[in-house]
Amino acid sequence: HLPVGQLYGGRYMVTQIPGDGVGPELMGHVERVLASARVPVEFEVARVDSGSPGRRGLGAAIRAVGRNGVALKGNFESAADATPGHRRSLNVHFRNGLGLFASVNHYRSLEGVCSAAAARRGRSRAPDMDTVVIRETTEGEYAHLEHESVPGVVESLKIITRRRSLRLAEFAFGYARRHGRRRVTVVHKANIMKLADGLFLECCRRVSEGYPEVEFDAVIVDNATMQLVSRPGQFDVLVTPNLYGVVVNNICAGLVGGPGLVPGASYGRRCAVFQTAIRNTAPGLAGRDAANPVAMLLASCLMLEHLRLGAHARLIRRAVLRTLTRDRVRTRDVGGDASSTQVVDHVVRLIEEEVPHRGR
Amino acid sequence: MIKVPIRWEERTVTAIQTSSGQWIIPPEATESMNANKIGLKGPLKTPIAAGHPSMNLLLRKTFDLYANVRPCVSIEGFKTPYSGVDLVTIRENTEGEYSGIEHVIVDGVVQSIKLITEDASRRIAEFAFEYARNNQRSTVTAVHKANIMCHIWKCSQLCVEQHDVDEKAQEAIPMVQDPSQFDVLVMPNLYGDILSDLCAGLIGGLGVTPSGNIGENGVAIFESVHGTAPDIAGLDLANPTALLLSAVMMLRHIELYGHAKKIEAACFETIKDGKVLTKDLGGNSKCSEFTSEICRRVRDHD
Ligand SMILES: Nc1ncnc2c1ncn2[C@@H]1O[C@H](COP(=O)(O)OP(=O)(O)OP(=O)(O)O)[C@@H](O)[C@H]1O
Ligand SMILES: Nc1ncnc2c1ncn2[C@@H]1O[C@H](COP(=O)(O)OP(=O)(O)OP(=O)(O)O)[C@@H](O)[C@H]1O
Ligand SMILES: [Mg+2]
Ligand SMILES: [Mg+2]
Repeated sequence: HLPVGQLYGGRYMVTQIPGDGVGPELMGHVERVLASARVPVEFEVARVDSGSPGRRGLGAAIRAVGRNGVALKGNFESAADATPGHRRSLNVHFRNGLGLFASVNHYRSLEGVCSAAAARRGRSRAPDMDTVVIRETTEGEYAHLEHESVPGVVESLKIITRRRSLRLAEFAFGYARRHGRRRVTVVHKANIMKLADGLFLECCRRVSEGYPEVEFDAVIVDNATMQLVSRPGQFDVLVTPNLYGVVVNNICAGLVGGPGLVPGASYGRRCAVFQTAIRNTAPGLAGRDAANPVAMLLASCLMLEHLRLGAHARLIRRAVLRTLTRDRVRTRDVGGDASSTQVVDHVVRLIEEEVPHRGR
Repeated sequence: MIKVPIRWEERTVTAIQTSSGQWIIPPEATESMNANKIGLKGPLKTPIAAGHPSMNLLLRKTFDLYANVRPCVSIEGFKTPYSGVDLVTIRENTEGEYSGIEHVIVDGVVQSIKLITEDASRRIAEFAFEYARNNQRSTVTAVHKANIMCHIWKCSQLCVEQHDVDEKAQEAIPMVQDPSQFDVLVMPNLYGDILSDLCAGLIGGLGVTPSGNIGENGVAIFESVHGTAPDIAGLDLANPTALLLSAVMMLRHIELYGHAKKIEAACFETIKDGKVLTKDLGGNSKCSEFTSEICRRVRDHD
């Protein structure tokens, strides 16, 4: 059972972590849209200075999320620094600090929407997809246990534990049951990593026995990627250890139209964090009013549902999807020529048509 | 029939366990490879979660076949949603997650060690750039997980200075949006495994993707990318193209270019013609019929 945000005087307090790159501007868009829909949510903004050596603000941000139980988050920059152990990803730190163990992304193709890159190659329709990817996010390759034992030899440890594998499997099957999904497929590489991935696979199998109505099967990660690109529609729920999840998520996002479209969520025992499915900062787009606001807006809808503000969530989601599919007001990444602001203007207009202004 | 001047020595590679518990390749197979340097190999089954280690892997390790080269080219006449794919994945074959070092620390906690060495990374990066230059390819992309360390990336940056080839670093997203933007991709073992299957998916599946495992001094084993395909084994349904194109890569490797060209052309023409196709390519011919058709075309070329 998941915790629900704190209610103060009829309004919900949610931590907002703008993050880096396009994060802060996306938050601005969300605030505008939530205001237009008169959503009873207050944001408590927690800024983190990811560039500073002490990561100023990270601790406070973690505490704020711990307090409120719900957050909307932009991604932190994590530099591609090849020195082992030198710079751990702030995002991983954040996740670990809050015990966020499962990430859930739902990939659905939208009528007539695809990425501009795909359209240029003559694929103007995204394949039909309705797939949920549930990824373990606390261990595996992201244990961040790396060291250069001898100069020129780097050892990186992957840790898989029974306790956490069972926890994730329970979460995944529980999700499948709650959402009426028929099949859960585990992605693994237990032919090579027989013990590590073998344990993960075994835990999933064990948990599946408690869910007879949900079909269970398994696929080796390389085959999974091939199956995804050749027959994208075939998977229902995919459950993955940490690293394969990143790869699978990237492929799924690519298939349905890119990182600008898909929302995502991360869950811990006591809190939930909503963000874009693909955790990127798109530094190249920052400050140019060009980032696609859809993924973060849809993430805010997931957040509202979590807060049991279902009606507000539906209102906003409908407006966002209509803007995208019916009215075709789109940013460049999905083949349009609108700026982020123009997209958000349109969303707000659609919302206001349904929620008439009651004075100022 | 064209006569390719090859004499085959056939060896099976069943996993053998020594009295000390170590898994090895049958000595006859090892001797044969040591003498001949070149091999063509069918798929070998690897049990999941238990049993002997991957024999595919053991072969690569035993003969230090450090580079796995997997060309992926859209086949003319066979339509997939992805057109104009023409890329090569080059996978580091000897280390990374495949080091096979795993142990149970305490009950319920498993540790698996991924080893990446600078030497192996430099060697594979060098190989990729060398390959790009020899095959008139202009860009090498290093695939890595940015926040997880990657020597290969560093090394390929170094290589740019020595070769006249561009370098980029990339994650997987653009791959499924516009694969035609890629040329040569170089990556560590596990990513190579994953992405090369993905690329196979882009051009029509495992039935048509060949590969070569290349080591020092010309030692090489060629094989299809696919596995044992247990679901269709014994039914005369498999597409032989992947293995045939692997053999074509082998012929090029031993500089029998003329023969290679003929067989390759016969494969592609058969597919383009579209009359005799295996099931995975959308036809309803048996493997044997498809193969006969290819042989007929090879003969006609003479
Ligand atoms: N919200 C968005 N709207 C439009 N395009 C986006 C959005 N997010 C990402 N992209 C595009 O997707 C591509 C990959 O983005 P990404 O953020 O991963 O870039 P990056 O340079 O790898 O940054 P990071 O280091 O944060 O991952 C870029 O071309 C970017 O422009
Ligand atoms: N040569 C081929 N022709 C047609 N289909 C193929 C061919 N090779 C593989 N396939 C198909 O691709 C899928 C994956 O095959 P693959 O051989 O990798 O199976 P696998 O179960 O992974 O076997 P292994 O454990 O040996 O790797 C199967 O559905 C198989 O039928
Ligand atoms: Mg493979
Ligand atoms: Mg296989």
